[in-house]
Amino acid sequence: MVTLYIDDIQVSVEKGSTIFDAAQKVGVYIPTLCHHPELHTFGGCRVCMVEANGKLVTACRAPVTDGMVVRIDAEGARKVQRMVVELLLTKHNEDCQTCVKDSNCKLQEVANYVGITPERMAMLRRSVTEVEIDESNPFFNIDRTRCILCGICIRTCEEINGVTALDFGFRGEHTAVVTMGNKKLAESTCESCGECMERCPTGALARKNYERPNREVKSVCGYCGVGCGIHLGVRGDRVVSVRGDKDNPVNKGQLCVKGRFGYNFVNHPDRLTTPLIKRDGELVEASWDEALDLVASRFKEIIDESGPNALGGISSARCTTEDNYVFTRLIRSLGTNNLDHCARL
Amino acid sequence: MKKEDVKFQEIFSRYKGDREELIPILQDTQAIYGYLTDPAMCAIARFLRVPQSQVYGVSTFFAQFYFTRRGKHAIKVCLGTACHVKGAGRLMEAFEREMGIGCGCITDDYSFSLERVNCVGACAIAPVVMVGEDVYGHVESKRVKEVLETYADKT
Amino acid sequence: MRIKLEPLRQEAVKNWQELQSFGQPIILVGAATCGRASGALDVMAAIGEKMKELEIDAIVRQTGCVGMCHSEVLVDIIKPGRPRITYAKITPELAKELVEDYLVHDNAREDLAICVQGETPDEDLQVRVVMRNCGHIDPNSITDYLAQDGYMGLAKALEMMPQEIIDEVKVSGLRGRGGGGFPAGRKWESCLQVESDQKYVICNADEGDPGAFMDRSVLEGDPHSVIEGMAIAGYAIGASKGILYVRAEYPLAIRQLKIAIEQAKERNLLGENILGSGFSFDLDIFQGAGAFVCGESTALVLSIEGKRGMPKPLPRPRTSEEGLWGKPTLLNNVKTFACVAQIIHRGPDWFKSIGTEKCPGTAVFALTGKVNKCGLIEVPMGIELDKIINEIGGGVAGGRAFKAVQTGGPSGGCLPADMLNLPVDIDSLTAAGSMMGSGGMVVMDDSTCMVDVARYFLEFSLEESCGQCAPCRVGTEQMLTILKDITQGKGREGDIDLLVEMGKAIIDGSICGLGQSAPNPVLSTIRYFRDEYEAHIRDKECPAKACKALITYTIDAEKCQACGRCLKACPTQAITGAKKTPHTIDSDKCDKCGICFSECPDRFAAVLITTGGTESSN
Repeated sequence: MVTLYIDDIQVSVEKGSTIFDAAQKVGVYIPTLCHHPELHTFGGCRVCMVEANGKLVTACRAPVTDGMVVRIDAEGARKVQRMVVELLLTKHNEDCQTCVKDSNCKLQEVANYVGITPERMAMLRRSVTEVEIDESNPFFNIDRTRCILCGICIRTCEEINGVTALDFGFRGEHTAVVTMGNKKLAESTCESCGECMERCPTGALARKNYERPNREVKSVCGYCGVGCGIHLGVRGDRVVSVRGDKDNPVNKGQLCVKGRFGYNFVNHPDRLTTPLIKRDGELVEASWDEALDLVASRFKEIIDESGPNALGGISSARCTTEDNYVFTRLIRSLGTNNLDHCARL
Repeated sequence: MKKEDVKFQEIFSRYKGDREELIPILQDTQAIYGYLTDPAMCAIARFLRVPQSQVYGVSTFFAQFYFTRRGKHAIKVCLGTACHVKGAGRLMEAFEREMGIGCGCITDDYSFSLERVNCVGACAIAPVVMVGEDVYGHVESKRVKEVLETYADKT
Repeated sequence: MRIKLEPLRQEAVKNWQELQSFGQPIILVGAATCGRASGALDVMAAIGEKMKELEIDAIVRQTGCVGMCHSEVLVDIIKPGRPRITYAKITPELAKELVEDYLVHDNAREDLAICVQGETPDEDLQVRVVMRNCGHIDPNSITDYLAQDGYMGLAKALEMMPQEIIDEVKVSGLRGRGGGGFPAGRKWESCLQVESDQKYVICNADEGDPGAFMDRSVLEGDPHSVIEGMAIAGYAIGASKGILYVRAEYPLAIRQLKIAIEQAKERNLLGENILGSGFSFDLDIFQGAGAFVCGESTALVLSIEGKRGMPKPLPRPRTSEEGLWGKPTLLNNVKTFACVAQIIHRGPDWFKSIGTEKCPGTAVFALTGKVNKCGLIEVPMGIELDKIINEIGGGVAGGRAFKAVQTGGPSGGCLPADMLNLPVDIDSLTAAGSMMGSGGMVVMDDSTCMVDVARYFLEFSLEESCGQCAPCRVGTEQMLTILKDITQGKGREGDIDLLVEMGKAIIDGSICGLGQSAPNPVLSTIRYFRDEYEAHIRDKECPAKACKALITYTIDAEKCQACGRCLKACPTQAITGAKKTPHTIDSDKCDKCGICFSECPDRFAAVLITTGGTESSN
């Protein structure tokens, strides 16, 4: 263990920890834009600058040493923080009201922390690079006028998803997050999982048609057998969002494109809510009792006519393991082993 | 297959397929096509087993690489320090005016492209202009027309 | 090992002496890049043609750059029994005359000669260590190099223990010549101390400073000196592989290096079991694809690995401990390696006798800009700026007033006239707010606007910023925008203080040396030329009359002789007038290109440039 002092608060952390880790342990806030606990440290935004033993260092990278004296609010660090945030704002789309991330935005949070004044901002020259919003992806947009080049999306795509559809492109003032050939996202190798969007600290990567839910319901994703934990965002009687459950040991908060964005069918008017029985060539709504009676009687007829092996059962990957187990018991009890599962098809 | 494409495919036989060969392969590719095409970059990504986005990320980082067709005669106005203090900025403007295109652009007939370079190392004869491999020293704005005319017939 | 080298050397010396005392005249043409740009190849062709025509026998050879770029094309002629004569500014026509006059009629053409015996005119001020062979030997001939005691340093080193070599380098006090000035011996030692199955030696020849071409000249003129230095370093730290990282924009240097590597391999001075010592060392060339930031060690290493050259933020291991592919890597500049071979051969005390106590050795500068004699110079550390500019450089060109000298390229700064007595070394320049950098030195006169110069360097730094860290990326962009505003008369009260504050924050906040030094040109010009900034902001006036937005061109009707030159030359047809009618400029149409100003004959000087109420004419 290593013992250090953060603003005179004594803290002991494991060797190899960073100043940022140590500060978190004692609940001391250090602003940051490019740091993400699930990703490799980047150290590019320079906002987490602190003074350690009299030298300016980035808290996200600097390892702790025994007896280290850290000043979070050192003047030199504050000047760098303030300049970086002010200057990022001069290049940032000012329209916060229409931004999906409004009030949930890291840049707002850090700007608030460093203290932005209109007098200072008036001294600086604004220059937001005009770039068209990439709306090609069906689920989320890339608005580069809100991008602060923290690189979190790039690291997410490489480290979490292993797709690496994104990288930094160009350099200097032209530096941007790009796909191969600077093409639209839909034409890239992106799999639309949306992990980057979830981690984006600003509104640069933002959900389409976003509605803020009134409440959340903890659930399990029904798309496949993995069983990812999710929080369904509900507004009235509609599901309006899904987010991964960070505490779920299966997915630790991560989701795929279907789990994260494929919830709209729940609210669809054509969605089946009762069983249907074909009568005179037309599908007609029926009650569960009617439907189950029909299935049971037809099974019986078929077994009597052609034997149990004329029957077979196909179950679904979208059912839970328990459901699938019960289904196998049912089909086998009918006297046949003709069983399969859609995941094999 | 076009002649260039055949030559491009031959590049791969000279390399092992390791990531550190990326920049030399990009240089060889540009020597064939004159610039880097998207299909070529994707083929290089496959060969080296490097994500496509990273091949593009590396290519766009370095000033040597181009992504659009170049003019037949590439005019490079040196904007190194020595050239700058000897009026290279105005010289560039003179080229822009005379050619009717901005820096970094290509004339409609692909005969000329105009670009800036950050020092060709011939500071003693500043301001310097390079046309292809030819070097012109002590270029004054009024000589711009003359330089362009030298190459106009050669297109 | 020296015994094994001896036969090679003796043969080379014999060749060299034969060459000098041969019955035939020898004609040497400086054919490095600047020579070629001035037409050296045409001169060579003309010489060949004339020789054929007159049926004369002579040996025509190429050499590298001797440094007198102001006098290109340079031709040296050595007639048997005569001293070597250097001729300046030779055109193909003059070359033909020269061949006929001197070789046939024995008229030495003193009118064209600038010096005798290969001595530069200011020999007493210049000391040649790095450039000792440049312009004197044929870079494509290893025997030429061997005849100048080449590879003696390597042969001697191979008889020493690695630590002994490092101790010699440490005693010599050699500091890195790439800009940082880190003691070379200490860097080598830390490489030696790391245990590893593989180590690398990299020579940084990715010279990216605008206005600097020292490394190129050394590679083009004396490639073996760098190769020898790298091999010594390889032996000293225990590396068997070296990489020459050369700008792809230097095709001639790459060609010379390839030839030199082959020649060294043929003579067992590179490759397996060098001179029977058991030490093997291989050299490869990597062509840098054009990124100034790759001067940063971690960025350079990443680019060799096929990645974006984005420097790694601190804290990170030193490249000498964990460099290329995670292995210990020694990275030094071209000139550093070129010094090493001679330090080993001639001993560290010899090296220490040159220069100052803290900065022994020489400094190589590319002296350019508004100075009479542009070119490459090599001076002992500690020489005064004044001597460089006014004696070696021959003073400011065109009789104008000296204003500033810029050193260190985009990382450096501008020093004013009252700093001319500054002794030049790595530390003194840094203390004065500039930098030695890799050796660019640009002289500026009173027609150079310092705000515009600062803007120019910032534009360069921004373009070359790797873009990963916010202070450098958005900070330099903001500073550049403010500077552009100032040069366009849109500066505001408070801008100067804002620039200073922002510059300091960028220095504190940036990841690498590029960002940490990008504000230097702005801070140093504010420090020494603040009044010029104020004139732009308060009076909307550019004292140097260089900022287009702040000047107007007019024609003095009394002086105008209506010669029509300006009228004809004006690209925007802004000038009207007729025969015997003084011309006038329509300011709405005027593009301020300055062509009329340079077209107007000096004896009339009728075109005037006005800024904020002051006037000047040519």
